Amino acid sequence: MTAPAAPAEAARPASSRRPRSGGVRRGEAGAGWLFVSPVILILGTFLFAPVIMALWVSFSDWTGRGSPFSSNVSFVGVDNYVELTTGGGLRTRDFGTALRNNTWYVLLVVPLQTALSLFLAVLVSRRILKARGFFRTAFYFPSVTSSVAITVLWLFLFSFAGPVNAIIAWFGGKGPNWFDEPRGIVHLALSGIGVTSGPDWLTQNDFLGLSWWEWLAGPSVAMSALILMAVFTTSGTFMLLFVAGLQNIGYELTEAGLMDGANGWQRFWHITLPQLRPIVFTVITLGLIGCWQVFDQIYTGTKGGPSKTTLTPAYLSYQAAFQNQDWGIGAAIAFILFLIIIVFTIFQRWVLRDRPVSRRRIRAYQTSTYAKGGAS
Amino acid sequence: MTRHTARTLLATGGLAVVTALALTGCGQGFTETPPSESGAATDLTSSDEGLTIMIGSSGDAETNAVKDAVAAWSADSGVDAEVVAATDLAQQLSQGFAAGSPPDLFYLGTDQLAGYAENGSLQPYGDMLANKDDFYDSLVSNFTLDGTFYCAPKDFSTLQLIINQGLWEDAGLTDADVPTTWEELASVAEKLTDDDTVGLVFSGEYARVGVFMAQAGGRLVSEDGTTAEADSDANVEALSYVQEHLKDGTFAYAADVGAGWGGEAFGKELGAMTIEGNWITGALGDFPDVQAKVVELPAGPAGQGTLQFSNCWGMAADSPNQQAALELVEYLTSAEQQLAFSEAFGPMPSVESAAEQWKGDNEDLVAFLDGSQYAQGVPTNKGAGEVVTDFNAQLQSLESGDPKAILDSVQSNLEAIVG
Repeated sequence: MTAPAAPAEAARPASSRRPRSGGVRRGEAGAGWLFVSPVILILGTFLFAPVIMALWVSFSDWTGRGSPFSSNVSFVGVDNYVELTTGGGLRTRDFGTALRNNTWYVLLVVPLQTALSLFLAVLVSRRILKARGFFRTAFYFPSVTSSVAITVLWLFLFSFAGPVNAIIAWFGGKGPNWFDEPRGIVHLALSGIGVTSGPDWLTQNDFLGLSWWEWLAGPSVAMSALILMAVFTTSGTFMLLFVAGLQNIGYELTEAGLMDGANGWQRFWHITLPQLRPIVFTVITLGLIGCWQVFDQIYTGTKGGPSKTTLTPAYLSYQAAFQNQDWGIGAAIAFILFLIIIVFTIFQRWVLRDRPVSRRRIRAYQTSTYAKGGAS
Repeated sequence: MTRHTARTLLATGGLAVVTALALTGCGQGFTETPPSESGAATDLTSSDEGLTIMIGSSGDAETNAVKDAVAAWSADSGVDAEVVAATDLAQQLSQGFAAGSPPDLFYLGTDQLAGYAENGSLQPYGDMLANKDDFYDSLVSNFTLDGTFYCAPKDFSTLQLIINQGLWEDAGLTDADVPTTWEELASVAEKLTDDDTVGLVFSGEYARVGVFMAQAGGRLVSEDGTTAEADSDANVEALSYVQEHLKDGTFAYAADVGAGWGGEAFGKELGAMTIEGNWITGALGDFPDVQAKVVELPAGPAGQGTLQFSNCWGMAADSPNQQAALELVEYLTSAEQQLAFSEAFGPMPSVESAAEQWKGDNEDLVAFLDGSQYAQGVPTNKGAGEVVTDFNAQLQSLESGDPKAILDSVQSNLEAIVG
C-alpha cells in the first residue's frame, strides 16, 4: 500500500487546488508517475487484476473453460455464497467442517507460536548466553526449510510405528495412530471421563451443517500433529521479529525497574512486553493470516483426511475448483476466507489498540526518547 | 483533509486505470480464440497442427512406453505428436482449458469425466471409433453420459482377493479352502488371524468396501446413472457384514494396522489377505519373501461382484486436429498396443480381443480379468467424487458407526446430484 501513496505525494502540487505554475517544481508530478508506474503495472497485472477476476468468478457460473469474461458466462449473484453458507447440502457441511478444523488450528497455533517465539527470543537475547548466534540459527532453521520437506518428515515421525510412537512406547504408553485418527482431542478427553455423546441442545442444533457437538470436537489427533508442526516451523521466523524488537528497546527502563525493585518477571511483564506491542501485533497478524491460509501441509500431507478432519477452507477451495470444476464455489470460499482474515485482524487490532494514557504516563513519555509510539 | 482526499482519489484513479487496462489486455488474450460450442458438433476438426498428449504417469516405465508408442505412430502417420507427463494432471488440464489451449488428448478418470463433459471441454468421439465394439461393455458404460459414449477406455483394473501363500499354508489351509462365500471368507479370515496378523486387511474406503456392496447386490447409483440407491437393504447388509468382522478383529482397515494401503499391509504381513487390483504386483516387488496368490473374491448373497476402475483418452473440444487424435486413440487402444503397454507397466487391456493373449502371458493374474464379467463401475455423475469422499470419511469410523445412518447420509448427498 505504500506504492499508491508515493505518487500522491508527488502529484499534490499539480492538483487543481493549487496554482499550476509551480516554478521549479513543475513537471514533478509526471516524473513521479513515471517512476512508480512499473510498480503499479506489476501490482495491477499480477495482484489487482487477478483478485478482481476471482471476485467476478465467485459471482458467476464460470466452469473453467475459456475466458471468465466471455459472453456465455453469466452472473449468478450470490448463488455460490448461498450454497456454501445456507444451502444445507454436502457443500455446506464440507465448508463447515473445514471452518471448524481451521478455527481450532488458529486458536491453538497462534497463541502457541507467539508465546514460544517470544520465549525463544528472550532466551537468545540474553547477554549472558554463550553462542547466541548458534542458537538463533538453530531455532530459525525450520523456518527456512521447505514446508514440503518438513511435512514428509512429520509424516514419518508420526507414522504408526514411527519414532514418536517408539518414544511413547519406551515410556510405557501407547501412541495413537496419528495421521489416521479422526477423533477430536476434546471428544477424546471427554470420553476419557465417560462422556461419549453430547447433550441434546448441542447435538440437535447445527451451524453450517455441523452440529455444535461436532464443532466442539476439537482438532483431531491428525490435526494436532499438524498444529505441532506449524508451531515448530514458524516460531523461528517470529523469534527473529521479536529479537529485532528486543534490540530496539533501550536498557534504561529495565534498569529503572531494577532500581525500583522489580523482579525478573515484573520487568518482563510490565516493562519489556508493553514496549513490544507493535511487534506482538505484527506477529499475531502474520500468524493469523498464515494459519487461515494453511494449504501446503494439507496438500502434501493428509489431503484433508482422516475423515475430513484436516480439511481447511484453502484446500477445499482448491479441491472445488481444480478437482470438481466448480470454480465459482472455489472462488467464493477464497473470498469468505478473505473476509474472515480481515475480521480477525480488525478484532485483534482493537484488542491491542493503544489505550488512553494517564497524565503521569504522558509526562513520562514526553521526557523519554521513545515518544513516537504515543504520538501517532 | 481535502488534500488527502485528492491524493487518494488520484492514487486509486491511477490504479483503476491500470487495472482496467490490464483486464482488457487479458480479456483480449482470452477472446482471440473463442471456445467452440461442442456437444452440438459432430464433425471432427482437421488441420496440419501437431498433437499434444498429456498423461498422468505412474513412473518412467509408463512415460517411456507411451512416448515410444506415440513416436511410432507419429513416424507412421506423419503427424507431429508430443507426450507431456503432467506432475499434477488435474491442475494442468484446468489451466489448458481456461486458456483455450488444452492438450489434444489426455488421461481422464471416471470421476472427472462428468465435470469436463458438462462444461463442454470434451469432444465425444466414442461412436466414431473403428474398434468401438471391441471394448468391454461395462467400460463403455463407464464413459457414457446421457447416452453419449465420450472417450475410449485406455485400460482397466478390477479388485480381487490376494492371499499370502505362506501364511495360508501355515494356518493349515489348502487350495480347497479358497473362500467362495462370505461365510467361508469369515472363517478363513478367523483362522489366519493371530497376534501379529489380521485375516483380511483393506483400505477403509468405498473403492474397497464397495466390493461387498456389489456382492450383496447393491450399488451407489443405478446402472444408468439416474437414481441414487445407496440406502438399499443390500448395501446395509454389506456394511453390517464388514462391521461385524471389523469388530471381531478378523478384518481390519490398513490404517488401523499402521499401513498406508492394503498392499503395504499385505507385504509387511500385517494382513494375510487383502483386496486390491493388479497394480499390487508392482508393489510386491519390495517384499520378495511374500508369495502372493490372486483368487476371485467370494460371492455374496447376490453372487459374485467387484469394482472396476478405468481411465480413458479424453479428447479436447478445442483441439484443432481431432481427426488425427482419433486415429492416434485407435492405434493406442488396439489389442497389440495395449498388450505392449501391459508388458511395459502392467495395466489390463480394455479390449476383448486382447484377453486370451493377456491371460496366457499373465497366468497368475487371470482372476483380475475374469472379474470384468461381473464388475461394476464407480458412480460417474458430476459431484460424485465429493460424495464418495464424504462416504470414505464415514467409512473410516464404520466400526463404531451405524451402517444404515451412514448410507442414509450418502443417499441424501447422492440425491442432490443424481438425476
